[in-house]
Amino acid sequence: MVKIAVMGDYDSIYGFAALGLSTFPVDIKDPEKCGRIFRNLAENDFGIIYMTEELYAVLESDAEKYRERITPAVIVIPGIRGNTGEGVLNVKKSVEQAVGSDILFGDDK
Amino acid sequence: MAGTQVNPTRMELTRLKKKLQTAVKGHRLLKDKRDELIREFLDLVRENMELRKSVERKLGIANKNFVMAKASMSEEMIRTSMLTPRQEIYLETKTKNVMSVDIPVFDYTTRTADENDIYAYGFAFTSGELDNAVRSLSDALPDMLKLAETEKSCQLMAAEIEKTRRRVNALEHVIIPETKAGIKYITMKLDENERSTQVRLMKVKDMMLNEAHHYDERELING
Repeated sequence: MVKIAVMGDYDSIYGFAALGLSTFPVDIKDPEKCGRIFRNLAENDFGIIYMTEELYAVLESDAEKYRERITPAVIVIPGIRGNTGEGVLNVKKSVEQAVGSDILFGDDK
Repeated sequence: MAGTQVNPTRMELTRLKKKLQTAVKGHRLLKDKRDELIREFLDLVRENMELRKSVERKLGIANKNFVMAKASMSEEMIRTSMLTPRQEIYLETKTKNVMSVDIPVFDYTTRTADENDIYAYGFAFTSGELDNAVRSLSDALPDMLKLAETEKSCQLMAAEIEKTRRRVNALEHVIIPETKAGIKYITMKLDENERSTQVRLMKVKDMMLNEAHHYDERELING
């Protein structure tokens, strides 16, 4: 039995607490602390870590390490300040890695 | 076979021939694996994209609702109401094997079956907007979990496809041509050796006959 974590700034994620997910509000201006919390979550019993796009931009190199492991799944979600397209970019990256170039979603933005 | 040295022996030839056979078989299998992986991957990644768009749309709505909720309530009130959640979600992770790639399958169970347990606060001091916001977030949750599953699967499969593709290419463009060249080199060398032995034997035979019958001396006398 594992749990689900949500990371990001407090305003973007506090609602998830009501649904029963574990929320971890972090301050994006302190990347070192964010990284520490993230690694701690990733090495412990969390199957999915949802992360706001803003935070992902900070922690990308850390998150990249878990890309080829089954758990945790690091999933980018839009934060309260809107959608930056980071999540869609991630999907495109997968296609690029697999096929060599983005042949599916190359033209739609 | 530039650069690498092969011993032109029969043993080496048999070894290379076996290697070529394995390489060709492996190449065929890996190529099939790659094609099938890509086929599965393309289906999955399309699903991934649709889910992502739907999740982002739903979360966008939820986020708007939360802004509204925050506008109608005090910060402290919101923090207190979110402090003690009644609901909890447990995740069970299993793995499914698709073409030798282990992809995750997430099953989730909630601590209580009552779906109204997401409202973990008294209604007296909270606004209706907060209820709406929590409701809209809860609507997005099943899709979010599905998204996590497909997106992770896509990432794992993409990595595996990349690996398989490299292997196929290495076999096709390096290992197989090199082994073929090695086999050709050895057969030519062996044939050449055989021919030179033949010629040497013929020469020796001539010399021996000459010694026994003195052909050239007779030719001198007759000529």
